[in-house]
Amino acid sequence: MALERWFRRQRPTRGDDDATPAGLWVKCSACHAQLYRKDLVAHLYVCKECGHHERMPVAARIAMLTDEGSFEPWSGDVRPVDALGFVDVEPYAERLAAVQQKAGRPDAIVTGAALMEGEPVALAVMDFSFLGGSMGSVVGEEIALAAERAGEEDRALVMVAASGGARMQEGALSLMQMAKTTVALEGLASRRLPYVSVLTDPTTGGVTASFATLGDVIFAEPDALICFAGPRVIQQTIKQDLPAGFQRAEFLLRKGMIDDVVPRGELKRRLAAVIGLLRAGAATMVPGALPAGA
Amino acid sequence: MALPFEKPIEDLESKIREMQAYADEQQVDLAEEISLLEQRLERLKRETFAHLTRWQRVLVARAPGRPTALDHVGAFVDDFVELHGDRALGDDPALVAGLGRVDGAGVVVLAQQKGRDTKENIHRNFGMAHPSGYRKAMRMMEMADKFGLAVVALIDTPGAYPGIAAEEQGQAWVIAESIRRMSRLRVPAVAVVVGEGGSGGALAIGVANRVLILENSVYSVISPESCAAIRWRDAAEAPRAAEALKLTSADLLEQGVVDEIVAEPLGGAHKDPATAVAATATAVRAALASLRGLPVEEIVRARSERFRHMGRVLVDSA
Repeated sequence: MALERWFRRQRPTRGDDDATPAGLWVKCSACHAQLYRKDLVAHLYVCKECGHHERMPVAARIAMLTDEGSFEPWSGDVRPVDALGFVDVEPYAERLAAVQQKAGRPDAIVTGAALMEGEPVALAVMDFSFLGGSMGSVVGEEIALAAERAGEEDRALVMVAASGGARMQEGALSLMQMAKTTVALEGLASRRLPYVSVLTDPTTGGVTASFATLGDVIFAEPDALICFAGPRVIQQTIKQDLPAGFQRAEFLLRKGMIDDVVPRGELKRRLAAVIGLLRAGAATMVPGALPAGA
Repeated sequence: MALPFEKPIEDLESKIREMQAYADEQQVDLAEEISLLEQRLERLKRETFAHLTRWQRVLVARAPGRPTALDHVGAFVDDFVELHGDRALGDDPALVAGLGRVDGAGVVVLAQQKGRDTKENIHRNFGMAHPSGYRKAMRMMEMADKFGLAVVALIDTPGAYPGIAAEEQGQAWVIAESIRRMSRLRVPAVAVVVGEGGSGGALAIGVANRVLILENSVYSVISPESCAAIRWRDAAEAPRAAEALKLTSADLLEQGVVDEIVAEPLGGAHKDPATAVAATATAVRAALASLRGLPVEEIVRARSERFRHMGRVLVDSA
């Protein structure tokens, strides 16, 4: 439970999974402005020159979305297994061990209970810095467990997605997590508990094609890459240049695929607002489970 | 066109044919010699196919002449009526939908169809569906629930199509929705991987109570070529990627991803399509029969449980 202690001890400013380069000064990855690290962190990893949203460490994300001191982790007891004995240029088992040590968590997700402007929620945050936030059996299991526990504890579920997709080192078992997570979300639907998904940069592949896009409400962060097939794959397939802004959050908003693009600073308020509105509606309804498929 | 490892088999086959022709022509009795060669051929086939590498299985799963999804449908579905269109965007020929009967009972059929030749392959987009195809599939799932028809899904796709229009129309969204819609079916569903089960595009119609796979079919989270391009930075390493991905029918049975392997005729389904489709027909009939008469709640619960327990993890005890 080292992780839990670590969360309780401090409101983290720079977690180990901070992907921005170390040092006092960092460069905005979009406009290349020199930013004082402390400022960048204080601004939720948003460049104050151009508004670019840098990828954000999990701990800072949790701190930003939850009422102070309210987060209690659920995840951490489920550990990955190298079920296939997968080896590419490096054995998967070794790669896992190295990244686990660096991240201080067993896999690419943190889940837990929290208050969001007083609203009880379950929160799941994916860690892109952990093997690209890829979904193997553990990510699938933690999401399923969080969805089920949210149902039992009468909490809405907020998902912050960031992932390269299914984890190929776990083969078809990782593909099956797409169905597993989807099935586990049914308990929320039958209890009329809101499920709100936040798509952050990047959300791709099997994660986009399963739980991440099944939210009752789907928000995305500005300029986030959100897709099924990555731009490079599409380019190789069709041998054409892609339109400007293709597969970015604003593009998907125009295409009708997401509910809104929400700047990071407004995210917590907007999430709490929609959850509050949906729950207020559900509370006026006759109690009892919805039939499956309703 | 022979697959590389089939060359010795084909050589021996043509030798037998030549000898037979010679015997007929010259009115000489070569029965003993031919019989010996045929025994040798049988042994050679057995040995070759018992030791296929995973990459060789991938090649068999994609082999020209392998029965397509609709070839299988023709063998076990009576009175098949194809129904077109998703009622929104168009009709996707890569994913064929329709109604029919199996053993007298009505079914909804979903079939990912590759072409039997280049022309049909282009028409079918090589079995790679657009969002429209998955929307059509979901429309058919609605119909299945409304009229109490079991769903039979035949999977054979390299994957959902990765293109501009497909992305704009929400390829990821429709796959996610199709997975959810299928998981909610109040009727039995049987899926059969008859060729390639390519990632999310396959799983979108693969959330079934019983998932079968033909012996030489593969089902994978990513194609060996793409996996090789990412993990080895070289698509030519696809054979190694295929080994690492553990994507054969035997692997998938061991992983619990599929429930049953449908045996193929020796030499692969493409060598004897009639026997192959007959075996699929028998297996699908049996799977449907095993699900018939179950209470609705049990059908939904069992299917959800099947997928809820997918994966391998270690759980630390507190």
